Amino acid sequence: MSDSTDAPVLRTRGLCLEYGKGAGLVRAVDDVDLRVATGETVAVMGPSGCGKSTLLHLLGGLDKPSHGEVWLAGSRLDQMTEKGLARLRRTAIGFVFQAFHLMDELTATENVELPALLAGRSPRAARERAAELLEQVGLTDRAAHLPSALSGGQRQRVAIARALSNDPLVVLADEPTGNLDSEATLDVLRLFEALHAAGQTLVIVTHDARIAATADRLISMRDGAFVDETRLTGGATGRLADLAGFAGLDG
Amino acid sequence: MQEVVLAMLAKEPSHGYGLRTRLRNALGPLGEAMNDGQIYVMLGRLEKSGLVATERAEVLPDRSDRKVYALTAAGQQRVADWLTEVSWPKPDLAEFHLKLVTAAAGRLADPLVIVDAQRRELLLRLRDAQRAAMSEPDRSDAGLLLEGVVLRLQADLRWLEACERTWTGRRGRS
Repeated sequence: MSDSTDAPVLRTRGLCLEYGKGAGLVRAVDDVDLRVATGETVAVMGPSGCGKSTLLHLLGGLDKPSHGEVWLAGSRLDQMTEKGLARLRRTAIGFVFQAFHLMDELTATENVELPALLAGRSPRAARERAAELLEQVGLTDRAAHLPSALSGGQRQRVAIARALSNDPLVVLADEPTGNLDSEATLDVLRLFEALHAAGQTLVIVTHDARIAATADRLISMRDGAFVDETRLTGGATGRLADLAGFAGLDG
Repeated sequence: MQEVVLAMLAKEPSHGYGLRTRLRNALGPLGEAMNDGQIYVMLGRLEKSGLVATERAEVLPDRSDRKVYALTAAGQQRVADWLTEVSWPKPDLAEFHLKLVTAAAGRLADPLVIVDAQRRELLLRLRDAQRAAMSEPDRSDAGLLLEGVVLRLQADLRWLEACERTWTGRRGRS
């Protein structure tokens, strides 16, 4: 690990979210310690209901923990006011959701420039940034389209462009390929790999092994807690051709 | 693989070189496992068994790679039979399953540790297959093959999840 990745940009300590009381107490997130280094892609996997989406909401300041700490760079999210959190979410965090959450009545460009406008950038700067991002996600020719005129994969790429609008410290993605077919999934994977190569920090919650396989680190979650962690570096022992059953003409 | 070469010749007679190129195109990065001489060895074998016949290209100098191969009637029949066969690669799950069973029964190793190691290996393979798929042009033949590899690995990973659930439950009871 290089020096630049030693300092975590996102960190939690003893993070808990509880519902109910007494015998009915449920720990949706149970004592989670997480450190995400700058530029790292971390995938959190687990069955539905394991608490992974709830965890993502806590990391992004969309929910408040019952106990524990969430740090993003130098800011402690769990102690912030609603107003402070709202500002941090607009400027330092990019969200990507399974259902895209685009504004139906706005074009691709207008959706992408919205966060920059909300963060106080000039309309011109916001428009330029949106054009740049739509080019990055390969949708320049769809810039004037409404979401209803775009495929699922294209909508998700618009949503990713929007998430990048304010150069967030971290992009948090919740099942980003959950609604996509395999070709559109490949487009999103390509995009995540390009972001990763450009040094973007990514935390992706998913049950899609295809996404998990592109991460630097894979965390398995069960019943609100982390149960396993795997670093996905190094090579596979099996050769690609063997996986397809092709071992040459003699095989 | 014999039938694949015969089926390519069913389209039109061809040099060995042309067949090799067509195989490479259909396999993409997976075709790297193919040795350049293999096609000629196989064509020689097919000729001996009477499934293909050679014609020498006129005018051109007499070199082995200038031979043009064509299907015989027997070769055509073999291709027709092959196209209606329903063979399918056998999945090899029993050995891994028995590894978990015997490891647990003899207390040789923790089945969950074996599952974790296997998952890591499959995820690395999935990553490699996906990277290869991503660098293929849209809708290429090789891309479609790689999609098959990716889907099978996903299925295997789902089975590993089932293994994990079951063996976690058993450990909890013992």
